[in-house]
Amino acid sequence: MNGFQSALHPAGPQALHIERLIWLFTGISAFVLLAVTVALLWAVFRRRERRDLAAEPRPPELRERRLGRVVGAAVALTVVLLFVLLTASFATDRRLLDLEGREQLTVHVIGHQWWWEIRYAHGEPARRVITANELHIPVGVPVRIELTSPDVIHSFWVPNLHGKQDLIPGSSNAITIEADRPGTYRGQCAEFCGLQHAFMAFLVVAEPEETFDAWYERQLAPAREPGNDQARRGREVFLRSACVMCHRIRGTSASATYGPDLTHLKSRQILAAGAVPDTRGHLAAWIADPQGIKPGARMPITALPPPDFQALLAYLETLE
Amino acid sequence: MSASEASDLRDGPALDEAVTRARLEHTWRRPEGLWGWLVTVDHKEIGRRYIATALGFFALSGLLALTMRLQLALPESHLVGPDLYGQLFSMHGSAMMFLFAVPVMEAVAIYVVPLMCGTRNIAFPRLVAFSYWIYLCGGLFFFISFAGNTGADRGWFAYVPLSGPEYSPGKRVDTWAQMITFTEVAALAVSVALIVTILKQRAPGMSLDRMPLYLWAILVTSFMVLFAMPAVMLASSFLIMDRLIDTHFFNQAEGGSALLFQHLFWFFGHPEVYIIFIPALGFVSSIVATFARRPVFGHLPMVLALIATGILGFGLWVHHMFATGLPRLGNGFFTAASIMIAIPSGVQIFCWLATLWDGRPVFKTPLLYVLGFVFIFVLGGLTGVMVASVPLDLQVHDTYFVVAHFHYVLIGGAVFPLLGALHYHFPKITGRMPGERLGRLGFLLTFVGFNLAFFPMHILGLSGMPRRVYTYPSGLGWDGMNLLATIGAFTLAAGFLVFFLNLLLSLRRGAPAGDNPWGASTLEWATSSPPPVHAFAHVPLVRSREPLWEERESLPVVTGLRVDAREVLVTATVTAEPRVREPSPEPAIWPLLTALATTGLFIGSIYTPWAVVWGTVPVAVTLIGWFWPTKREQRKEKATEHAPGLAEAGA
Amino acid sequence: MRQRFVHDVSGLPDHDFGSDSIVWWGTLGFVAIEGMGFVLAVAVYFYLMREVPSWPPGSIAPPGLIYGSLFTGVLLVSALPNHWAKRAAERYRRRGSLLGMGGVVLLGIGLLVLRGFEFTVLHVRWDTNAYGSIVWTLLGLHTLHLGTDVADTAVLLALFLTDRDPPQRRYTDVSENADYWWFVLLAWLPIFAVVYLVPRLG
Repeated sequence: MNGFQSALHPAGPQALHIERLIWLFTGISAFVLLAVTVALLWAVFRRRERRDLAAEPRPPELRERRLGRVVGAAVALTVVLLFVLLTASFATDRRLLDLEGREQLTVHVIGHQWWWEIRYAHGEPARRVITANELHIPVGVPVRIELTSPDVIHSFWVPNLHGKQDLIPGSSNAITIEADRPGTYRGQCAEFCGLQHAFMAFLVVAEPEETFDAWYERQLAPAREPGNDQARRGREVFLRSACVMCHRIRGTSASATYGPDLTHLKSRQILAAGAVPDTRGHLAAWIADPQGIKPGARMPITALPPPDFQALLAYLETLE
Repeated sequence: MSASEASDLRDGPALDEAVTRARLEHTWRRPEGLWGWLVTVDHKEIGRRYIATALGFFALSGLLALTMRLQLALPESHLVGPDLYGQLFSMHGSAMMFLFAVPVMEAVAIYVVPLMCGTRNIAFPRLVAFSYWIYLCGGLFFFISFAGNTGADRGWFAYVPLSGPEYSPGKRVDTWAQMITFTEVAALAVSVALIVTILKQRAPGMSLDRMPLYLWAILVTSFMVLFAMPAVMLASSFLIMDRLIDTHFFNQAEGGSALLFQHLFWFFGHPEVYIIFIPALGFVSSIVATFARRPVFGHLPMVLALIATGILGFGLWVHHMFATGLPRLGNGFFTAASIMIAIPSGVQIFCWLATLWDGRPVFKTPLLYVLGFVFIFVLGGLTGVMVASVPLDLQVHDTYFVVAHFHYVLIGGAVFPLLGALHYHFPKITGRMPGERLGRLGFLLTFVGFNLAFFPMHILGLSGMPRRVYTYPSGLGWDGMNLLATIGAFTLAAGFLVFFLNLLLSLRRGAPAGDNPWGASTLEWATSSPPPVHAFAHVPLVRSREPLWEERESLPVVTGLRVDAREVLVTATVTAEPRVREPSPEPAIWPLLTALATTGLFIGSIYTPWAVVWGTVPVAVTLIGWFWPTKREQRKEKATEHAPGLAEAGA
Repeated sequence: MRQRFVHDVSGLPDHDFGSDSIVWWGTLGFVAIEGMGFVLAVAVYFYLMREVPSWPPGSIAPPGLIYGSLFTGVLLVSALPNHWAKRAAERYRRRGSLLGMGGVVLLGIGLLVLRGFEFTVLHVRWDTNAYGSIVWTLLGLHTLHLGTDVADTAVLLALFLTDRDPPQRRYTDVSENADYWWFVLLAWLPIFAVVYLVPRLG
């Protein structure tokens, strides 16, 4: 286990509360299982007189009362243990609410078949960052995640930070998360949502507040002007090919919102919602044959002559 | 002919025993050959068929599971693509739940319940025959659709909108929804027959407080079916109507609700788990009593626990929906109810432990499965308490932890007792003893394989692996556990293979069983193995909870039922005093024809809504044929009729 | 196992009315199943009602009352011949059973015609919105039961017409069929309230 996507490696208060509850339940469960197993083995293996199917069945009245007391005690203990667990569960449930109302940042996360759209809320429209599949949050700050879906039900889940919350078309849910130490945590859609449910992952990057602010400013900027001829040609290829039907690159005329925003594509660590890492080689493979990498994905094959393809790749590599 | 119809022969001291048996044999026998096979209404024959068919679907669904385990053995595997994988897990889950687990429990009950009640046939035997045919048609339709690449691919609960018209074009979801309709009709029909058999056809003297725990378990289960299954019928019908005739039940844009589907589905879906599991509790009670050589300790608390489980089972459905953002207060209620259902389960476990402790347990294969059951089921119950807790469930919901949990509950809680019960009832059904050595080997393999396959999944789930993913990247720490689970799955499959191979071999090689090879206490062991078509030459009279242990010398029986016409004894609901000698239906082709007509309607409706209109014509015709009495039946009834008012005068 | 005869049941009747009849229990079982179906369908109606701000949604008018009220009236009247049929049957009177069942079938056919008109004044189609879907379903579900029982009664009527001296057991069928008609009748009253009155409340 490397703890990159695990409920047992909490990196924030919510997941920590739940992790403690998991261990409490596990401890009590282990005790009960052990007790029952020992009792079972003792009951069947303890020494006694002849045992075979021809043996005269025992009349039931013999030790009923003594047995009744033992069974009654076991049931009473069960009730007590269940009550302890119930109380602990309710207590944890309340503590999960601690952060609610103290959020300093709101992010709107939209689940699509099969990627995550991430829109930071801000009073000024011009200061709203839009990105995909990679959620940055400042450490130590409660963040409110508002969840909606335009297509089918998805579920937002970053086990290191919190339990899951569904995204339901037609209604809006919210969850509050907080990371208390820097790191990158992996999350994944947890409600079956069709063919590529397996590759609807995302990363949460928790970083110190200054680093986060710097990242936020960089994301606000429009795409950088291409620095060389090949990249410039690549941009033309992008703008006259099918790419613009779905994607936006701020600073250019590409402004569709069907697919992920590509303005800062290369600032991200993963491609295709976690199907592959964001390297030049994988990007090339992804554009050339999306269905080979992620069968069923909505991204079509864009057939381009090799020089155009190389130019396009060069341009996309500049989108940092 | 007319002479014998009017003769009115009864069993009793006046009629020679050999003649009695010969006449009963003649009266209850079905026609020879293929025709007889199609028209039979003998609960024993239908029960055997039902069991075999359910086990067939179990094997098919198991193969689907093995394919999934092969795919997941290694990360980033390309053995199976996402489209096929979606069908694999959906077919596996749907078929296991709807075509194996529920039907097999009912199948065993169809065979065992009337015998345990001491009656000659199940109530409404034609309805039970119809149930079998409709179940067979539905199951075949489901798997043939899969073979034709129209297999269900939206999971066994097919949430909308993913399964709705917009995101699931094609016929895959329709076949799923109609399969539900088929199996629900089958299950409802059997449940009515079982309830009436248990309430009205118990042997005289078997008052409610003398009823064996297995009959209680089936009674509770059948009532649960009655109240739970209509919910899924509505859910699947609304879904198919949304898809085919543009209704808007689940369409948010037109005032519908996606969560409504989840409420309807889980209002059925949670009781469903208990519908599978409570009959298994009945098996365990039978097996424990027989092999511990002692009646089950705490009969009354056991009965109350079964009833409590049946009622509480309806109060838990929202714990499948904790992550959907429902109000917290409501969630708290469902947490409490879900945790509380552990109490009746605990009561039963402790009562069995007390029985084993106080008895003299004999280690035959059925008891081994019960011991395995106790361990696995307690573990599954404890993880059940975990998923009932809202905060904990938010982490483990829809992960491999839940996959582990429900396999512990369903395989450990239901399949292990089922295997024990099949081994246990095998001598009664076939007249031959099952082999012990292979039986034990089978148990060992299933027990070890099961835990190896499913225990690692708890850890996988907590380590973040969601369910229903067709593959996973390496480097998340999931590789080793997945490989282990696959090895376990194949070991488990080998165990099942050995178990059933043992039964097949014993069919030919097993020693003759005799009436009561295990020295059990209930009435099904009072007749020969296999039982004659009429089951009992004379209906037994019951004077205690363990009739065969109480009556060591000879069995008291009642006389006076006709031997030249099919008759069953109807007794009072609570006290089981004899009330009516009711005629029992003759073999008929109509149940099969009605099932075929209904199948035409159900399958046709997937392709055109008008099938619902014209499809009713053949259904109506076959139903009229079914209920229209033949001239011969009319004459027979007329000849010996006996009105209730005359009973006292005549007696 | 050896057996000893301890009791004789040959004096028992071969049928009885009510709770000592197998079919009576079967009917009760199906009433429970179908009753549960009605209860859940009504629950769905109220669930969907909560989902939208006004009910009926938008500018849809509540269903017209004329045919529904007329239907309810005729259905209540049908209780009379139904009761006669049951009473006559339990006294093994062929004539009374025939007349009672005949009355139920005639009124039943009238009810089915009225039901057809009811569908025309709902002011909504099943594919308009979720409100339309559930209203059509509630009415359709009840029509299915009504039609089934009219057909049942007609078949039983035909059976009695073709047999001048039916076995006494056959009269239990008449009695149980009459019980089922009561279910169809009583189930309608809450559905009437839901379909016709609830939309007029708010």
